[in-house]
Amino acid sequence: MPIYNYITLAIILFCIGVIGVLTRRNAIIIFMCVELMLNSVNLLLVAFSKMHNVEFAVTNPTLASDAQIFVFFIMVVAAAEVTVGLAIIVMLYRNTHSVDVNFLNRLKN
Amino acid sequence: MNNTLQLVWLIPFLPLVGFLINGLGRKQLSKTLVGIIGSGAILASFLISVFVFFQVKSGNTAVVTFFKFIDTTSLHINFAFQIDQLSSLFLLIITGIGFLIHVYSTSYMHDEKSKDFAKFFAYLNLFVFSMLLLVMGANYIIMFIGWEGVGLCSYLLIGFWFTNNDYTDAAKKAFIMNRIGDLGFLLAVFWLLTKIGTVNYADVFSAVNLAKLSATDITGITLLLFVGATGKSAQIPLYTWLPDAMAGPTPVSALIHAATMVTAGIYMIARSNILFTMAPFTQSIITIIGLATAVLAATIALKQNDIKKVLAYSTVSQLGYMFVGLGVGAYTGAVFHVMTHAFFKALLFLGAGSVIHAMGGEQDMRNMGGLKKYMSVTHLTFLLGCLAIAGMPPFAGFFSKDEILGAAFAKNPIYWVVGVLTAFMTAFYMFRLYAMTFLGKFRGTHDQEHHLHESLAAITFPLITLAILAVVGGWINIPEVFMNNGDKLEQFLSPIFAASNALVAKCELVPSTDYTLMAVSVLGALATLLYAINKFSKYEKVTVEETGFGKVLENKWYVDEIYDAIIVKPLKKVSAFFNDVVEKSGIDGFVNGVGKSVNYGSRQIRLLQSGQVGNYVLLMVIGILILFIIQLFF
Repeated sequence: MPIYNYITLAIILFCIGVIGVLTRRNAIIIFMCVELMLNSVNLLLVAFSKMHNVEFAVTNPTLASDAQIFVFFIMVVAAAEVTVGLAIIVMLYRNTHSVDVNFLNRLKN
Repeated sequence: MNNTLQLVWLIPFLPLVGFLINGLGRKQLSKTLVGIIGSGAILASFLISVFVFFQVKSGNTAVVTFFKFIDTTSLHINFAFQIDQLSSLFLLIITGIGFLIHVYSTSYMHDEKSKDFAKFFAYLNLFVFSMLLLVMGANYIIMFIGWEGVGLCSYLLIGFWFTNNDYTDAAKKAFIMNRIGDLGFLLAVFWLLTKIGTVNYADVFSAVNLAKLSATDITGITLLLFVGATGKSAQIPLYTWLPDAMAGPTPVSALIHAATMVTAGIYMIARSNILFTMAPFTQSIITIIGLATAVLAATIALKQNDIKKVLAYSTVSQLGYMFVGLGVGAYTGAVFHVMTHAFFKALLFLGAGSVIHAMGGEQDMRNMGGLKKYMSVTHLTFLLGCLAIAGMPPFAGFFSKDEILGAAFAKNPIYWVVGVLTAFMTAFYMFRLYAMTFLGKFRGTHDQEHHLHESLAAITFPLITLAILAVVGGWINIPEVFMNNGDKLEQFLSPIFAASNALVAKCELVPSTDYTLMAVSVLGALATLLYAINKFSKYEKVTVEETGFGKVLENKWYVDEIYDAIIVKPLKKVSAFFNDVVEKSGIDGFVNGVGKSVNYGSRQIRLLQSGQVGNYVLLMVIGILILFIIQLFF
């Protein structure tokens, strides 16, 4: 399959994620959008690894699996980040009894 | 024998040490100790000056260099002293009279707190130090250091009782007028430097360097030097500070404004005599201004009622005489008059101080009278001083004044006529002062009469010494018509004025003319003084105001008021303009404007902080995008 299809899909997913982070008020939804961004990058990495697997099968066999190993790294980081982030959201909920991000305007002016 | 003259550095150094000790230790030292240190430093300088004088008399002159003051590729100025006849003579005058006045001050100022007493002596020592630098300097720059120093000390000492605003105003006036003159002096020095490249006397006055100056150069330089002299020596137009300077203590008036500082201008011109002889135009200007000042001051003194003001105007008038002497080429006569004037004017001031002290601070002559029987020593010495200043033979003033008048007649008889009329006025107002103070009956209050007494030895001893000098001081330069080879001073100073005398021969008068001139001036002065004694020994206090011409004289020809209207008020308006428009709106506006714009900008930027997390993330994304685009293109 042409690589451009995968690239387009990844870009669309990433943009949806960015817009979601910027626009949504619910903290959990924002987190889901961050995960979306990370997963779009994962998708792109796997697509590129498959592309290179075909090209460099003879000259550099490990090139492809480098990218797939990196995907695992990204997933681990995403998991850790979700842990910390959800803990912060729980604290936020305890203090303001909602998960609305707009309530965090104590730093105004 | 250059090594004996090497110790001339001690002469100014000892007063400087006295200044430091008295100044820094003014809170700890007792009054007796301060007096001893202050007077002792000057006495030591005087003894060394006597030694130096005898060295110079036997022909040992030198330029003693100490260190390089300014040392660049184009400019070499050494800190050096020139010890020759002129400077050694002035050294004697300064340290001798300085010592007597220090002794006088120990008694006169003894009412002050010991801190102020020590401050006074410190200032006096600093003044003597500066004056010694002025006369001993071997180039115009060292002279200028001393020149500025005496101006500063004059300011400090006139405003000594600084809690009184009038006194500090007088001090400021003196310093500012001095400064105006100093501008002329500096411009002349710069001109010399540009044309010749050196300011050492020995180099400037050599024929080689003088040839480099064109006629306009010399006239310009000498005129500017004369402007400096008018400021320092109180000639028209910069003389109004001297009568106001009487606000200072009487020893200050005696030392600074009679005997030493005001003679700095004459010293400077005498030192540069060759330059002035080469500029006849400047010499006529000097003569005319000297005569005008002498006449103006004498007319004002006729109507003054404060004893010190009369003496102040008398000083201005006598300084005018000295400048006339310089202007007509009688350099020795002018220096001679400096010397004799120092003696009798210091004597008169110190005597006036003694009278003021006895009268408990009263300075108005209309409240004095008949003091003869209470203060015999003061009376006698004061009388001798008055006779000297009036030009009565055989006292000092006669010889010096007649030498100048004779030279003036040789130049132009009109100068002589004006000079002699001024001499008559001098005799008149001095004996008016004498009669109103010492003769007649006492016009003061009963309390003052009880307090009258002769002053202590510390005051009478200087008076007696100066009186003796006023009597015999003239005999060092007896003119040819009286005694052959009697003009010792002229012979002594001849190396200094040799170049000038070679250029322009001295006009000698026929002895009969000489006798006639002297007879006219002496008899006229004698008649005037007898008339004054007659009129004022019967003086009664009058309560009517002065009217007409007398009022003009009493108000000093309104010169101060004229200066105020022409110079001071416009200057104040200009400063007010600069303050309001340029300073407040312009510069302040700009500087404050910078602050205000920073304030405004930060207020706008503060609005970025909305507290909304979403906004912050948005800005973060925008920043990342921008960085991405930048790295794409650059």
